[in-house]
Amino acid sequence: MTQESWMEGTLAAPLLGAVLALIAGRSAASAIGILTALVGSAASIGLAFAVSRGGSFRYAVGGWGAPLGIDLRVDALAAVMLAMTGVVGLCISVYAVGYFRGKEAEAASSRTNTGPAWLFWPMWLMLWGGMNALYLSGDLFNIYVALEVVGISGIGLIALAGGSAIAAALRYLLLGLAGSLLYIVGVELLYAGYATLDLEQLRQRIDAQPSTWLAAALMTAGLLAKSALFPLHFWLPPAHGHALAPVSAALSALVVKTGFYLLVRLWLDVFAALGTEHVTTFLGALGAAAVLWGGVQALQQERLKMMVAYSTVAQIGYLFMLFPLASMSGSLTGALLLAVSHAMSKAALFMCAGSVLAVYGHDRIQSLQGFGALMPMTAAAFALSSISLIGLPPSGGFAGKWMLLSAALAGGAWWWAAIIVLGGLLTAAYLLRVLAFAFLEPVVASSTRAPRAMELTSLILAGMAIAMNFALLPLHDLLHAGGAR
Amino acid sequence: MTDPWIPLVAVGLPFLTGIVIFMLDDRQVALRSLLNLFGAFAKLVLVGVMLWGVVNGRDYGVRLAIAPGLDVALHVDALALLFITLSAVLWALTTVYAIGYLENAAHRSRFFGFFSLSIFATTGIALAGNLFTLFVFYEILTLVTYPLVVHRGTQKALAAGRVYLCYTLAGGAVLLLAVAWLHALAGPRDFVAGGYLREFGTDHQFTLILLFGFLIAGFGVKAALFPLHGWLPVAMVAPAPVSALLHAVAVVKAGAFAIIRVVYDVFGVEFAQSLGVLGPLALLAAFTILYGSFRALTEDELKKRLAYSTVSQVSYIILGVAVLGPLSTIGALVHLVNQGLLKITLFLTAGNLAETLGVHHVHEMDGVGRRMPLTMTAFTVGALGMIGVPPIAGFVTKFYLGSGAAQAGQWWVIVVLVASSLLNACYFLPILYRAWFQPQSAPWPNEKREGFDAKAVLLVPVLFSAALAVGAGIFANAPFGPLEWAKLISSREFGYGP
Amino acid sequence: MTPPIIYASAGAAVLCLGLFGFLAARHVLRRILALNVMGSGVFMMLVALAARTDPPDPIPHALVLTGIVVAVCVTALALALLTRMCRDEGSALLPEDRDIE
Repeated sequence: MTQESWMEGTLAAPLLGAVLALIAGRSAASAIGILTALVGSAASIGLAFAVSRGGSFRYAVGGWGAPLGIDLRVDALAAVMLAMTGVVGLCISVYAVGYFRGKEAEAASSRTNTGPAWLFWPMWLMLWGGMNALYLSGDLFNIYVALEVVGISGIGLIALAGGSAIAAALRYLLLGLAGSLLYIVGVELLYAGYATLDLEQLRQRIDAQPSTWLAAALMTAGLLAKSALFPLHFWLPPAHGHALAPVSAALSALVVKTGFYLLVRLWLDVFAALGTEHVTTFLGALGAAAVLWGGVQALQQERLKMMVAYSTVAQIGYLFMLFPLASMSGSLTGALLLAVSHAMSKAALFMCAGSVLAVYGHDRIQSLQGFGALMPMTAAAFALSSISLIGLPPSGGFAGKWMLLSAALAGGAWWWAAIIVLGGLLTAAYLLRVLAFAFLEPVVASSTRAPRAMELTSLILAGMAIAMNFALLPLHDLLHAGGAR
Repeated sequence: MTDPWIPLVAVGLPFLTGIVIFMLDDRQVALRSLLNLFGAFAKLVLVGVMLWGVVNGRDYGVRLAIAPGLDVALHVDALALLFITLSAVLWALTTVYAIGYLENAAHRSRFFGFFSLSIFATTGIALAGNLFTLFVFYEILTLVTYPLVVHRGTQKALAAGRVYLCYTLAGGAVLLLAVAWLHALAGPRDFVAGGYLREFGTDHQFTLILLFGFLIAGFGVKAALFPLHGWLPVAMVAPAPVSALLHAVAVVKAGAFAIIRVVYDVFGVEFAQSLGVLGPLALLAAFTILYGSFRALTEDELKKRLAYSTVSQVSYIILGVAVLGPLSTIGALVHLVNQGLLKITLFLTAGNLAETLGVHHVHEMDGVGRRMPLTMTAFTVGALGMIGVPPIAGFVTKFYLGSGAAQAGQWWVIVVLVASSLLNACYFLPILYRAWFQPQSAPWPNEKREGFDAKAVLLVPVLFSAALAVGAGIFANAPFGPLEWAKLISSREFGYGP
Repeated sequence: MTPPIIYASAGAAVLCLGLFGFLAARHVLRRILALNVMGSGVFMMLVALAARTDPPDPIPHALVLTGIVVAVCVTALALALLTRMCRDEGSALLPEDRDIE
C-alpha cells in the first residue's frame, strides 16, 4: 500500500461508514460501525507508520491541486493525532456496542423508549471522519469545514441523551457557532492580506501587521471557545457530563484536542514569525488557571460524570502550558504524549462512569460503596487511568508531565513547574476520593452486571495509558524524523 | 561482563506474581498460596545468586531509555544487595505468616496481589541505578501499599488511607520537583559512590541546599522523620502482615534507604558536609528518635506503641548517615537490617496476640507469657534487641553508632543514644513484666483458639525471625553476616577502610 | 472609497451588530438570529474580498457557498434543538438564564 492509500482510507472510511450506517438503519448500524472503526483505525495507524518511515507528504485530492482543489497533507504531529483518534475511536466503538446492547435490554425490560439509539453510529462515524479531515487539512478553509462537521455531529451526539442534555447541546452549538464565525473572519483577513489559505504558504508570507494580529486574535478566540480553555470552558461540563457514556468519552478524549491541535499549528508554526512570546505566555497562563480552577471544581462535584468532565477542563489547561515552554527541547513531545495519554485515560474514565451508571443506576459519588467488589475490572480501569491523569509513574501522563516539568525547570521557569506539580495533587485529590469507595464493602448486592465489552475496553484503554510511559522515545523519534515543525 | 537478566527477573518476578494473583478467584486458595510461596522462595534463590555473583566480582545491570537522556536503570551493588536480601528474607517470612493470618478473610486475591506488587516496588527501589528510577519505584510503592492500608474496608481504614495518601502524595510531589530539577541541573547521572554533585563545587550552592531539603522532605515521609511521621501510627488499622511489611521492610526502609542513596551516592557525604546540610539532618533525626520514644511511652494500643517505636528506630539509620565517619556509616547500614528483623518479630507477635486472644492493648497483656510462651519469647527477643541488650542484633547497631559519634567528636549523639535506650526500656520492659510476671487479670478479649500458643503457621515465622535477630547479633562478624556486609559496603562504596 | 471597501466595511458593521446581539440576547431564538446576522456580515466581507480583482477572485465565492451551506445546516439543527427544549422544559432560555426573570 502506498502512503496515499493509507491517507485515503483514513479519511474515507469513517465518512463512508457514516453514510452507510445511516442508510442501513437500526438493524445493521452497529455492525457497520464496528467494521468501519476497524478499517479506519487500521488506516490511521498505517498512515502513522508511513509517516514515521517516509516523513510528511502532501496529496492533491483528484489531482486538482491548490488553490482550486483540496490538498491534504500529513506530518508527524498530524499523524500522532490521527493514530490517537484511531486507537481511542476503535475502543469507543467496541464499548458502544456493549453499551447500547445493555440499554436495549434495559429498555425491553422496563418498556421505555430510549429513542433512536442507533443514530449514534452515523453521527459518531461522521464525527470521527470530521476529526480525521481536520488533522489532514493543510489549509485554513478546509479546517473550518472540518471543524463544523465535528461540531454538528458532536452536538447531535450530545442531544442523543435527551433531557438536560438538549440544553447543553444547544449551549455548545451557540458557542461553537460563534467561535467558528470568529475563526472564519480571521481567515478572511489573512486571505485579504496574503492571498492564500494554505498553511505552508502562509507561514512563509506572514509578517507582523495590525490586520494579521487581528486575524490571529479572532481565530484564537474562536478556537479557545471550541477547545474549552478557561474561562471559555463553561459549556463543557454540562455537555460532557450529560451525554451518553461513549459520547462523553469521544468528546472529552478526542474532540477537545482538535482546538488544541490547531492552536499548536497556528502559534508554534504559522504565526511563529509574528514574535509570539507574550501570546504564548498568555495561553500558558490561561492553561495554568484552567488547571487550578478545573481541579477545584472537580473536587466539589457530587456526580461522577460531572467530576470527570471538570477534570477535562483542568487537563486541557496542562496541554496549553506547552505554549510558553515550546522553545525548550522535549516540551512538544511531552505535551503530545500528555494529549495522547489523556485521550486514553479520559475515555477510560467516562467508560467507567458509564459502566457504574449501568450497574448502580446513578453516579452519585457518595453512594458508590464497594464498586471495587462489584465490578473489579472497572475499578482497576478507574485506578489505572487515575494514575495516568494524576501523573504518577509509570504512566503516559507521568512521562508527558515529566518532559514539561524538565522543560520548565531547564528554562528556570519554576512557576510553571509549581503549577504542574500542584495540579497533579489536585487531580489526585478528586480522583482518589472516588477510588476510596471501591474498597468499602458493597451496601446493596446488585444483580446487574455491566456488559463485559464495556468493562474490558475501559481496562484496555487504561492499560494503554499506563503503557504510554514507554512511548516517549518513539514519539520523540517520530517528531524529529517526520518534521513536525 | 554485565548481566541484565538477573535484575530484570528479580524485579519482574514479584510483579508477575502479583498480576497473576489478581486474576485468581478468592477461593483458589491452594493455587494462590503456591504462587505466593513460589514467588517468595524463587526470589530468595535469586538473591543468593546475586550475592554469590557480587562477591565474585560480577556486575549485574540493565537500563532502558525512556526519553533522550532519561533512563530507567537497574544496578546491583553491595548496598542494593543488603536491602534486597533483607526484603527477600522478610518477604518469605511474611508470606508464610500472611497465608495463615488471612485464612478465610475476604478479598485475599486483592491483598496478596498488592502484597506482591509492594515487593516489586521495594526490589525496584533497592536496585535503582539512578535517582529517576528510584523515584519511579518509590511512587509505585505508595500506590500499591495504599490498598493494603485500606484493606479492611471500614471507614476507619479509609480515613487512615486518606492520611497515608495525603502525606505520601504531597511528599511525592515535592520529590518530583526535586528530582526533575536535579535532572535539569546535573543531567542524566547514575548513582556513584561519593556522589556526583561535588563537581559543582561552590556553584548553585543555594539551589543544591534547597534540593537536598526537598529530597529529604520527600523521602522523609516514608522514613517517618518528624514532622512527616503522622501517617504511620494511623496506618496501624491495616492487618498485621501489612504492618509488619510496611514497618519492617517495604515502606519505612524504602525511605531510609533512599536517604542513604541521596546522601552517599548523589551528594556524596563529604560534599553534603561542605554544604552544611548534615548537621540539621542529624538534629532532626535525633529529635525524631527522642520524640518517637516519648510518644511510644503513652500509647496503650500495642501496635501504635510499636509504630512510634518505629518512628524512633528508623531515625537511627538517618542519624548514622548524618554523622560523618566510617563507623557511624556501618552502624546505619547494619541497623537497616537489624531494625527490620527486630521490628518484624515484634509486629508478627502482636499479630499473633490479636489473632489468637484478641489482645490489642498493653493493659490486656497480663499473664500472656504463660498462655503463649513461644510467641512472647519472640516478643521478648525483639524488645530486648530494641533496647540494645547484647547479644541481640540491636546492640551491634548502637555500639557502632556510638563509636562513630565518638570518632566524629559529636558527643551529643551518644547522649541521645543513651537517652533513647532508656526510653526504649521504659516502654518495653513494662510489657515484658506484665506478660511474664503478672497473673492473668481478666479473660482474654476474644479467644479464638484453645490449644497451645498460636497456630503453627503463625508461630514458625515469628520464631524464625527472632532467631535471625539473635543470630545477627551473635554472629555479627561471621562471613556474610549483616555487619560484614555493612563493612564491605562502607569500604567499597565510601572509600573508608574497614 | 471603492465599492469593495464599502461592502467590506458594511459587512464588518453587520458582523459587529450580530455579535452584540448574540452577547446581549438571552432568548435562544434571538441568539440564533444574531448568529445568522453575523454570518451575513461574514459572507458580505467575503464577497467584497472577491471583488477586489478583475475578474473576481473565485476562491472567496467558493468559500461563501460552503459557508452558506454550513450556516443553513447549523441553523436548522439549532432550531430543532430549540423546539425540543421548549417542548420538554417549557422555556426558550438556557437554564442559567431562566431564574433571572
